Amino acid sequence: MRAALDAVRDRSLTVSQKYMALARVAESTVKALPVSDAVQALRDSGVICDLYEGAAPFRPRYVVPDYGRFVKQGSAFLGLEPPRDLDEALASLLVLYRHVPSITGFPVYVGDLDALIEPFLDGADEDGARKAVRLFLLQMDRTLTDSFVHGDLGPRETRAGRLIIEESRKLKCAVPNLSLKYDPDLTPDGFALLAAECALDVAKPSFANHRIFSEDFRRLGFEDYAVVSCYNGLPKGGGSCTLVRLNLAKLAPLARDRADLLERALPEAVRLQLEYMDARVRFLVEESGFFESDFLVKEGLVSFERFTAMFGLVGLAECVDAHSEGRLYGRDDEADAFGLEIVRRISEQVAAHRAPCLEAALGRYLLHAQVGIDDDKGVSPGCRIPVGREPELTAHILRSAPFHKYFPSGIGDVFAFEPTARRNPRHLLDIAKGAMASGLRYFSAYAADADVVRITGYLVKRCDLERRDRTPDLQNSAVLGRNAVNNLGVLDRRVRP
Amino acid sequence: MIGQQAAEGLVARVLYSSAVDGPGNRAVVFLQGCDFDCAYCHNPETRNLCDHCGACVGACPAGALSIAEGGGEGGERRVVWDETVCRDCGACVRACPKGSSPKTRRMTAAEILARLERRKPFLSGITVSGGECGLQAAFLEDLAVAARAAGLPVLVDTNGSTDYSARPRLVEAAEGFMLDVKAWDQGVHRALTLAGNDAVKRNLGYLAGAGKLAEVRVVVAPGLVDAEACVRGIAEVLRTAGAAGRTVLKLIAFRREGVRPARVALPGPGREELEALAALARSEGMGNVVIV
Ligand code: SF4
Ligand code: SF4
Repeated sequence: MRAALDAVRDRSLTVSQKYMALARVAESTVKALPVSDAVQALRDSGVICDLYEGAAPFRPRYVVPDYGRFVKQGSAFLGLEPPRDLDEALASLLVLYRHVPSITGFPVYVGDLDALIEPFLDGADEDGARKAVRLFLLQMDRTLTDSFVHGDLGPRETRAGRLIIEESRKLKCAVPNLSLKYDPDLTPDGFALLAAECALDVAKPSFANHRIFSEDFRRLGFEDYAVVSCYNGLPKGGGSCTLVRLNLAKLAPLARDRADLLERALPEAVRLQLEYMDARVRFLVEESGFFESDFLVKEGLVSFERFTAMFGLVGLAECVDAHSEGRLYGRDDEADAFGLEIVRRISEQVAAHRAPCLEAALGRYLLHAQVGIDDDKGVSPGCRIPVGREPELTAHILRSAPFHKYFPSGIGDVFAFEPTARRNPRHLLDIAKGAMASGLRYFSAYAADADVVRITGYLVKRCDLERRDRTPDLQNSAVLGRNAVNNLGVLDRRVRP
Repeated sequence: MIGQQAAEGLVARVLYSSAVDGPGNRAVVFLQGCDFDCAYCHNPETRNLCDHCGACVGACPAGALSIAEGGGEGGERRVVWDETVCRDCGACVRACPKGSSPKTRRMTAAEILARLERRKPFLSGITVSGGECGLQAAFLEDLAVAARAAGLPVLVDTNGSTDYSARPRLVEAAEGFMLDVKAWDQGVHRALTLAGNDAVKRNLGYLAGAGKLAEVRVVVAPGLVDAEACVRGIAEVLRTAGAAGRTVLKLIAFRREGVRPARVALPGPGREELEALAALARSEGMGNVVIV
């Protein structure tokens, strides 16, 4: 009761944020999942964490609708005919976004925006189209008030893609987060350069390695993928039931030495996390009724066969440091090799596991380098090199790249550049292209003085980060951003000359 | 090259990534040694060649420097720098009485390219700078030819004291030259750099005519540089060569931080002065003027 009253009285929350807080309180009163003592012990010590997903999963954490299908067929449930022009298309999409569930109540994926819009630009005049796109983006920012809202662009250049990038750059909004699916054979330099210039100003779009993502997802048996939320790769027309993470920084002290970690503590923790994920997935699929009753499923915008689940990990750097006798992850080759061995072992064990009740990818869970939560202290995101010891730019990328292949459902590195980089945006494009060619899955950049800042994966407006009064934020993620600035030092990233 | 010994360069530093040494991301090879002594030099330690006197060795806090008696080719003593323990603190450079640095190495073009191999996907090319890279023209030529063959075009960042018309193979192989015009009047040039500028002016016309002049730079330093005369003079030469429209003219605002105070009295130029120079350059037919 106390927690509920606290939420009600909280002066720093908007009313709709209070609804969400109260719903979480209510959900935490039920004990819906069978949780073994061993799992509970690791949850209590923070090694296993479900990242505020709740005690009784009633919607998948990441829902990735096939918006292309929606635009073709409309929606019986929403009473929408298929749109016939640009205005109708954008209005229909904005309607649907309000009904795509997630943990925060806002959609984590809003579509491959350029491909969705492009057909409706036929015959639309330039000024009218530009204004419609601007208002569409503006409405997203002000109503989908959560920076995990993510849209995709590319890999091909389109008029719609250019409009979205140009207007995003002018609007300087945190929402939606954007990825450019980049493929050197499909993405022309001019379009990629426009994206790089935009990123320096507003920290988006990031570059997603289209070749690596599409190959991985094809191999897992999916026709198409989307990049959603922070940088999570997921099957389009499906999603992820859950994301649970393994905090390697907290696991490290539970092992005596490297051998004990690799042979006992790690496989045991992975096994228990898989057990916990299985329980969460089973409840969602068999008890919650989502896959029987939700209109997204009934109308084919998502389908059960395309739902997987994400096995997250965080704090690799601290775990490696703890067992490397002074050698540092990200600086020392031997330490990095040990990090790679940890990840390889986790990947193998996760790949060998079959979820009892999922069909996607033959029941395999996908590995995800989790970016952390705002109250993590001294836990580096995923496999990232800690802030404060980042190597020279290209050396950094080359050190990180070998880790990226293990994480089909997302891993990424973020780089801050000197504001003078705007004089030579081709430099940033060269770095991004080199990163893609070297096997980096996801590359984010911004200029150190940008109006929008990439926190770990999500974006927050700089003015919201700097605000110190305790009045409500329009965007949920602004408060997360402020905490992360304090706890993870994201504003202290090495600035690249 | 068969049967011929590959030229070695005396390399002060190899930078894997730079945003400010030409278009795109470029590796930069800094060569040791310069024949000008500009009052506003920001890297005076790259000017002179080390004579292995050993004065810097004791200044190193990391034990990165040592003396090898008889370590040279003719049995003379050498100061040896261990890159792996160097902390890049700069104490040796401050201690050197000759305006030099012990942190140089002899490298062939092949050795440099081998170092850059993993960086290639990130690079638009290589910029060779200094010091003055033209003083090591044979090596520069080797590097330009080999790098081009490896898919990394070379930009030459030069003070123009070397006669490039005598190096057609270099000019052909290089993607382009970025030429500093320090001053236009011979007397002003001598006062600023302690050297003349006839060769610079000849190179200006020759490289522009050869279509290899990527960029001309003027550092605008009030009291030291006749910037207006530079702009007029450069524009005239480039117009004659038919290159005024395409060649970048960079007007660089001098900054006093980090230069030897004894030789510089005045602060950098104001914005208006730079804008006026840019306007003058445009009116003189320069098609691409940039203020930095
Ligand atoms: S820069 Fe390197 S070699 Fe020079 S004094 Fe410092 S540590 Fe020694
Ligand atoms: S760098 Fe300077 S001080 Fe050191 S040995 Fe060479 S000339 Fe002497």
